[in-house]
Amino acid sequence: MLKKIIFQFLALSLIFTYSAQSAESGGMPQLNPEFWISQIFWLVLTFGLLFIILSKFILPKISNNLETRKSQILENIETADKQREETEKKVKEFDKIIHDTKVEAKNFFNSERQKVLDDINNKRLSLEKDIEKEIIKAEEEIDQLKKTSQEKITKIAIETSSDLVKQLIGEDINKSSLSAIVEDLSKKEMEKHNGI
Amino acid sequence: MAANPMYQFNVYRIGPEIKINNIDISFTNASLFMVISSLAILIIFNLGTKRSIIPNKIQLLAELSYSFISKMISDTAGSKAKPYFSFIFSLFMFVLFCNMFGMIPYSFTVTSHIIVTFVLAAFIFIGVTIIGFIKHGLGYLKLFVPSGVPMVLLPLIVVIEIISYLSRPISLSVRLFANMMAGHTMMKVFGGFVVSLGIVGGWLPLGFSVALTGLEILVAFLQAYVFAILTCIYLNDALNLHH
Repeated sequence: MLKKIIFQFLALSLIFTYSAQSAESGGMPQLNPEFWISQIFWLVLTFGLLFIILSKFILPKISNNLETRKSQILENIETADKQREETEKKVKEFDKIIHDTKVEAKNFFNSERQKVLDDINNKRLSLEKDIEKEIIKAEEEIDQLKKTSQEKITKIAIETSSDLVKQLIGEDINKSSLSAIVEDLSKKEMEKHNGI
Repeated sequence: MAANPMYQFNVYRIGPEIKINNIDISFTNASLFMVISSLAILIIFNLGTKRSIIPNKIQLLAELSYSFISKMISDTAGSKAKPYFSFIFSLFMFVLFCNMFGMIPYSFTVTSHIIVTFVLAAFIFIGVTIIGFIKHGLGYLKLFVPSGVPMVLLPLIVVIEIISYLSRPISLSVRLFANMMAGHTMMKVFGGFVVSLGIVGGWLPLGFSVALTGLEILVAFLQAYVFAILTCIYLNDALNLHH
């Protein structure tokens, strides 16, 4: 059914177009020379004017604009480069300053530490010297004391032993013989004591 | 009026008949669309000449077309072709705008007339030939003698070269004219089918018509580009004699 309608439409339309075409004069209007001269005239006029106005007024302006933009961009890039270089330089300077300061601080710290250490060392040395002196002195004193004590002990021993003998026996004994005996004994004792 | 697909190419007088020395130069619909195209180009590109570092849309359009054509010329014809930039720019824009205005329904396509395209092509042909003879003198005739061709074939090659050189204006003009005419005729035919097949059968030709419109816009741009680039190539032959 639908097919039939479509075919009918097609046939009708073809008939209509043929009749319409045959009603008008056929051929290409392009080949009708009636308005050729007019077309050439107006083409030359409009295209000529277009060319003159474009080339004299409009295109130079556009090219000028493009060039200024280009130069401006180049200039901007140049200044940006310069500023970047400057920044890099500044950063380097900053790094250098920080480095220098660090080194200085380290040096200062080291020298101060050395100074303090030296000071401590000196003090310790002098103290040690003093101590040694004191020790020597003390030893000397001790030695002296040892010697004197030996004599005193012997003396006391002789006296006590003579006293003891007097009370035991009731008579005096020759002091010199007694002292010889005590000295002999005490020497032996001392040797034993000193481990000699 | 609508049924004949060739009717759209009719030229008719607008206003009074103007005659100078018995020559009819009346203002016609063709003249009207030439004037409209030229004015549109001038208005758009004049708006595009604002002096601002960051361009607006129209300025961007103008500057992009400028660099597009500038690049096209330097690519095909080298740096020697710089003085002819304005001419090729005007030519490209004129053909492009005439083609594009022809895409508006019920308008007239200036470039669908052989006489218009032929005048343009003949002007280019004559101009290029004159430039060639000015630049190279009689040495320009070497264009017809390609190097590295055996002596036996030379007479034949020279004849072929001369014929191809002389047929340049014809091929240039007929290419543009035939493309424009064929496209518009086809669109008109399909448009006629839509009307005559009505609501039932008209959808298929309507779809074709829509697709053809897109294709024709592409062709309108492409033919303007081809016209300009062929001009550049001919100019290149005249400026840099390679043979």
